[in-house]
Amino acid sequence: MDLIRITDVQKTYKTGTVALYDIDLTISKGDFVFVIGASGSGKSTLIKMLYREEKPDKGSIMIGGINVAKLKNRKVYILRRKIGVVFQDFKLLPKLTVYENVAFAMEVFNYDKKKIHHRVMEVLELVGLKNKARMYPDQLSGGEQQRVVIARAIVNNPKLLICDEPTGNLDPDTSMGIMKVLDDINKMGTTIVMTTHNRDIVNAMKKRVVVLHEGKIVQDYERGKYYEVV
Amino acid sequence: MKLFRSINRYFRDAGKSVVRNFSLSLASISCITITLIVVALSIVLSYNVEHMAEHVSSNTSIVVFLDEDATENQIEQVKNNLVRIDNVGEVTPKTKEEWAKEVREKDKIISIAIDSWPAGENHLMYSYVVKVKDINEIDNTASIIEKIDNVSYINYGKEYISSVITIFDVIKKVCIGGVVALILVTAFLIANTIKLAIFSRKTEIEIMRLVGASNMAIKVPFIIEGSFIGFIGSIIPIVLTFYGYNALYNFLDGKLFSSSLGELVEPYPFILYTSLILLVIGLLVGMFGSYNAVKKYLKI
Repeated sequence: MDLIRITDVQKTYKTGTVALYDIDLTISKGDFVFVIGASGSGKSTLIKMLYREEKPDKGSIMIGGINVAKLKNRKVYILRRKIGVVFQDFKLLPKLTVYENVAFAMEVFNYDKKKIHHRVMEVLELVGLKNKARMYPDQLSGGEQQRVVIARAIVNNPKLLICDEPTGNLDPDTSMGIMKVLDDINKMGTTIVMTTHNRDIVNAMKKRVVVLHEGKIVQDYERGKYYEVV
Repeated sequence: MKLFRSINRYFRDAGKSVVRNFSLSLASISCITITLIVVALSIVLSYNVEHMAEHVSSNTSIVVFLDEDATENQIEQVKNNLVRIDNVGEVTPKTKEEWAKEVREKDKIISIAIDSWPAGENHLMYSYVVKVKDINEIDNTASIIEKIDNVSYINYGKEYISSVITIFDVIKKVCIGGVVALILVTAFLIANTIKLAIFSRKTEIEIMRLVGASNMAIKVPFIIEGSFIGFIGSIIPIVLTFYGYNALYNFLDGKLFSSSLGELVEPYPFILYTSLILLVIGLLVGMFGSYNAVKKYLKI
């Protein structure tokens, strides 16, 4: 069953740069998809459209029954509550502890404190940071900070996890650790769409690979490898 | 239950934010405090000038001297004519004897002259002291009074009054303009300080949006935080107005220059209203400043 259906999407920035054109893509529930391509190929634009940070000029993007392309600004939260987003630069709040950073995403839903505590500790255990709940982001390593971001992204049980180069700032060992966490989350049923430049990760994971080149999808491999497609 | 939990969270988060972002909150609070002190000073100044102008206006009178040979009936008739004039307020008679007593006290030479008059004779004139309602219309009123039968002449210090009217009018306009300009500058300054403070929390807003907070759920805590900052920022100006004006009033014994011109506004309820104005400005500017600053980051 399709979770994401992108049809005939086109995006041109105000500067005149054509970021994406003729994009058709379908991603099923439970998929793990890598989106790869050189810098400027449009993969960031595509991923930003999935969480409605950008809007397409043309076409439709359906995610879990929501037409993201037509979603009004004040209704964006409806989509965001169904997805989790992980960034390369973490975007953690430095003045909140690890626990508070993760709980922050649940407080939006007005859950009671008990439920929040139970779930936050559960996801922190999943990402291996249960014992660092009271620490602040700057007391953690890069890999640990990324795990906090993943914990925050999945704490509300999203159907879709969008990862924009989550290992971009991490060393190879730490990156593989992060991928292990993401793989575990995927195995629990969450669909993952991830952009990356990391050849080793793509090769090791053997997942679906979508290749973008100058704003267009040029390859779509079921069990791709980096050397095959780029 | 959920709504109650939301409201509770909004207030709790707003309070936490003020403490967590203490240096930024302090910058906004100081900005509000300083500008509100200036606003308070200008309100005190303009209101007192207005009060003095009113005081002068309400105490301005025209002295109407009647013909020396006017009979009692004619004197009464003049009074009836006077009270019929629109701009005339209180009309107080002043007899020849009262004039004699007053000038005796004021001038020794005139006193000697009056004493030289044969017993029972008084060459001073019977008069009415007429208070005007609108000082700006005093010239018109005077010319109407002059035409009444048996009015010999009138005296109201024409030159002096017109210059006082002009001065107070200018001061009043300057003060009102000053207060309005200051309130606008205050609003602009505070809103900009808050904008800067919120700019540094752009990531926080971005993350709130990212994790699914509705625009309303993002805006409300910031608006509450803005009102907290506005409230805290208005405390010192209110305390200064409250105790400062009371102390000033007592120190000057309620008068500036002289009792006839410089009577200060009584502290109560004036300082209560001024405090309320300061509090409302602080709260509103804090709230709207925050609202406006956050709104900018919700347009993606």
